[in-house]
Amino acid sequence: MKAAALLPPLFAFLLSPLLLGVINRTKAAFAGRNGQPLLQSYYDLWKLLHKGAVYSRTTSCVFRAGPLVGLAAVMVATMLVPLGDLPALVAFPGDLVLFAYLLGLMRFFTVIAALDTGSSFEGMGASREVLFSALAEPALLIALAAVARRAGSYSLTDIGARLSTESWLQIAPVLALVGVALVVVMLAENARIPVDDPNTHLELTMIHEVMVLDHSGPDFAYILYGAALKLWLLGALVLSVLVPSSGGNLWLNLAMALGGMFGLALGVGIVESVMARLRLLVVPQLLVGAGALATVAMILVLR
Amino acid sequence: MNVDLILVLVVLTNLKLLASSRLGASIRVVAAQGVVLGLLPMLAHAHALGLRVVVLALGSIALKGGVFPWLLFRALREADVSREVEPYVGYLTSLMAGVLALAASFWIGARLPIPTLIASPLIVPIALFSILVGLLLIISRKRAVSQVLGFLVLENGVYTFGVGVMEETSFLVEAGVLLDVFVAVFVMGITIFHINREFDHIDTDRLSTLKD
Repeated sequence: MKAAALLPPLFAFLLSPLLLGVINRTKAAFAGRNGQPLLQSYYDLWKLLHKGAVYSRTTSCVFRAGPLVGLAAVMVATMLVPLGDLPALVAFPGDLVLFAYLLGLMRFFTVIAALDTGSSFEGMGASREVLFSALAEPALLIALAAVARRAGSYSLTDIGARLSTESWLQIAPVLALVGVALVVVMLAENARIPVDDPNTHLELTMIHEVMVLDHSGPDFAYILYGAALKLWLLGALVLSVLVPSSGGNLWLNLAMALGGMFGLALGVGIVESVMARLRLLVVPQLLVGAGALATVAMILVLR
Repeated sequence: MNVDLILVLVVLTNLKLLASSRLGASIRVVAAQGVVLGLLPMLAHAHALGLRVVVLALGSIALKGGVFPWLLFRALREADVSREVEPYVGYLTSLMAGVLALAASFWIGARLPIPTLIASPLIVPIALFSILVGLLLIISRKRAVSQVLGFLVLENGVYTFGVGVMEETSFLVEAGVLLDVFVAVFVMGITIFHINREFDHIDTDRLSTLKD
């Protein structure tokens, strides 16, 4: 194993909260505000880690396990995702399925921890989260299957490495369709606009935020950090498909990958500034639409 | 490559039509599809770009991108509707049916023996797909305008197929089809207007309760 393989998880662990900072600064710039400091997410995490946690008497050990298992699952998933051309720490055929289901495990524990509180609002949020992720998962897996088939490998690292500039010339429609589908999945999975508004605190309309209302202190820090890592991972996945590999130069690759990640965060910030959140009834249509695009890409690859 | 890109755009516009409830947006999407398809003969037959090909392409662009949207928007304004209401088949179901239809068209397209040379292997499946989507729109929507759009998509499918085998068909046939469609849309525009004036709505399902 080369030392370069340690870089993608290292960057993910260190820089993922910065993505949230970039998104927030972009939104602030659009609204004409100064906005919070770029490092605000780090300050928040630091503050929360030094607080004590409050647990309701009605909750059980499931509630306490939720944030820990969630963070552990997403940290394991971090080992599987390449960053640009840098290979992932662990790569084996079929790791894209493991990646999808590690995110599924994280979601499952967030959901049962939310249900464990017995709060009706959290139940509503859990139900929505499960519905939307059930619709987003086919889109993610079919999109990955399409590029996997094209690259001839079922490993995320190989997919990222084998899609080169030539493949953009040959199968531009497929890559564009997969890219759009993955971006929609990324926005939905990370509870960003147009699926969910991370800033809203009206329980009736929230999806992800409402499920973690009862967590406090270090538990909440784990949840925030896990969410930032998840954003980083799905962003890296989008990048590895959209940005073709550029050749052997380590520093050039690194610059391209990090530039791509923060460019993506800028894009998310712009989307959040110019779009309104979709009505809850329309969200399934968006996600099934993403699934349809991924299926079209799959059919084009298979023919 | 360019031909493939156009055909993928046709697939995407078809899926958009299946998922969209707004009639105005749908008319624009069909117009865009018509214009994009109008470019197809010039690209597919770039090696033998004769007067015939250019005239046919320009004619179909002018008709599908200019005259049809104008007629349909006029019908829409006069009937004073902007949305499809409660189609027989919901938007999500139509979208999934569309994806299934696409898979089926590729399956059939790969097995259909085509006697002549075709510009792109995608042409036959996507022509079939457009035809299926057109049929689906016609049978599953209630508004008369949606049904006219379905008819236009169906015609676009036939046109796509015609472009693929252009060396075999004569100019007269292509021009005749285009003229037929023009007359049909013209008549349907007038019919929508009259249905609306007589019955105050253009829901075709309620026409079945018509008494003499």
